[in-house]
Amino acid sequence: MEKFTGKVWVLDDDIDTDIIIPTEYLALKTIDDMKQYGFSPLRPELAGQIQKGDIIVAGKNFGCGSSREQAPEIIKALGIQCVIAKSFARIFFRNSINNGLLLIEQPDLHDDIKEGDEVTVVMNEHVDYNGKQYPIASLPENLMSIIQAGGLVKAMRKLNGLD
Amino acid sequence: MGMTIAEKIIAAAAGVDSVKPGDIHTVKLDRLMSNDGTTHLTVDMYNNKLKNPHIADTSKLVFIVDHNVPSDSPKTAASQKKMRDFAKEHNIDFWEGKGVCHQVMIENYVRPGELIFGADSHTCSYGALGAFGTGVGCTDFLYGMVTGTSWVLVPESVKFNLTGKLPEGVYARDLILTIIGEIGANGCNYQAMEFTGEGAKTLSISDRMALCNMAVEAGAKTGIFEADEKAIEYLKEHGREPKAVYHSDPDAVYAREYTFDLSKVRPVVAKPDFVDNVVPAEEACGIEINEAFLGSCNNGRIEDLRVGAEIIKGKKVAEGVRFLVVPASQTIYRQALKEGLIDTFMEAGAIVMNPNCSVCWGSCQGVIGENEVLISTGTRNFKGRAGHPSSKVYLGSAATVTASAITGKIALASEV
Repeated sequence: MEKFTGKVWVLDDDIDTDIIIPTEYLALKTIDDMKQYGFSPLRPELAGQIQKGDIIVAGKNFGCGSSREQAPEIIKALGIQCVIAKSFARIFFRNSINNGLLLIEQPDLHDDIKEGDEVTVVMNEHVDYNGKQYPIASLPENLMSIIQAGGLVKAMRKLNGLD
Repeated sequence: MGMTIAEKIIAAAAGVDSVKPGDIHTVKLDRLMSNDGTTHLTVDMYNNKLKNPHIADTSKLVFIVDHNVPSDSPKTAASQKKMRDFAKEHNIDFWEGKGVCHQVMIENYVRPGELIFGADSHTCSYGALGAFGTGVGCTDFLYGMVTGTSWVLVPESVKFNLTGKLPEGVYARDLILTIIGEIGANGCNYQAMEFTGEGAKTLSISDRMALCNMAVEAGAKTGIFEADEKAIEYLKEHGREPKAVYHSDPDAVYAREYTFDLSKVRPVVAKPDFVDNVVPAEEACGIEINEAFLGSCNNGRIEDLRVGAEIIKGKKVAEGVRFLVVPASQTIYRQALKEGLIDTFMEAGAIVMNPNCSVCWGSCQGVIGENEVLISTGTRNFKGRAGHPSSKVYLGSAATVTASAITGKIALASEV
């Protein structure tokens, strides 16, 4: 069973795409140029503090707002290995899958978690935190295959024998 | 088991007799729209990430430059050039400076029964004409462009039964903010909001657009109306025929049902920083503003400009306030010119702009500074959405926005 552990950053409800990456930085040339401004309207220091392998735990409606794909791309580029939230906004969810960013819905973890603590994700089963197991559902097969391929474009190439 | 309008459109696009919520289907797309917000990214992926790429059907594609018009920087100019060149090379319908993408689409393309993907979250606007429009990212757009298809998870439908008629001085904008205030910013997450009932029939196409356009602000995959006589009449006026007209079956299953009596709706305002932070407009009255914005894909139509012009006629914009008036399309702009509305706004001291997204997305005209306050007919009021992170955005109707521009404080139209 695939599992991984990461340090947690806690965010609240309704974290919108303008928070994840403000409009003014969308004109920058690359995601690497943009990522330093991730979450800047809310927590200007956060992008610089996130380490590779960290995990975001958030409230409901994470990623609401615009369809800008730079939002999940920046989260991935910052090194976040997955986002666990009570719920995700629809377009953000789809864009994340398409960019190979793992999202996990879990209704209770956010209420119990403390920033800086570690959680262990056991894929398609549960999240371990503080001696307690928080159950998680498995993603539909077609979505999991997109994530495993590293995103929709790579899955597309694979499907068409182009890789 | 019966089906809803949304389910019938998906079933037709999937080439199956019936679908149910939770099913995942491969669907054939009727149309794809992309604007200058992200098209350059799609073009880059097409050119650099695919081997031997091709476009499934160029006649289904529409590219619209509307977010930064005219371009505001060398970077924007470069990304728009990329879009322009690609459209020319591949013979893709291309619109520049003609209006906000969703208004251009409604005026020129959208037909009842179509399944449309747009690389913009407010693509749900197209439900005003009985189409299933939904927003996607640029990778989904690329996939649709190359294959002509995509995957869809069939959403549950939520029924909004509208009764009665909106009172004088109350608008569809007040209604949709009221609905979002009640059900919450994720009240219809991954669901289709179906607007129906006798009250729905009283609403104009512009009103219906205002409702469907903001369905995404309740988390919805789309908002949709049945295409009735008003919709068919609108199509005729614009030289189009429906693809198909669907009605929800009497035994269609809904996740939930709400009833809203239009006659009880009152002017409201969404306070910062959330669209569902809705209060009666009176509760926000007196808050000083620096800027007012009348425009956007939600409220920049001729009906909205008429409302604003009627209120401001013979009056002046308050000193120290910038009042931006931005018609949603050139068609609307020219109609407003004909009716003398533009003169009325200019005489009052408003700044009338060319059709584009303007301050609604905080990257173009009228971006607001530190601690400034904007009252807007735009779609969102998130933190930093219209400019500096410390700035504040309130959302209101065309009437409330215009009244506020006159008084320099958030105000009711009945008070000016």
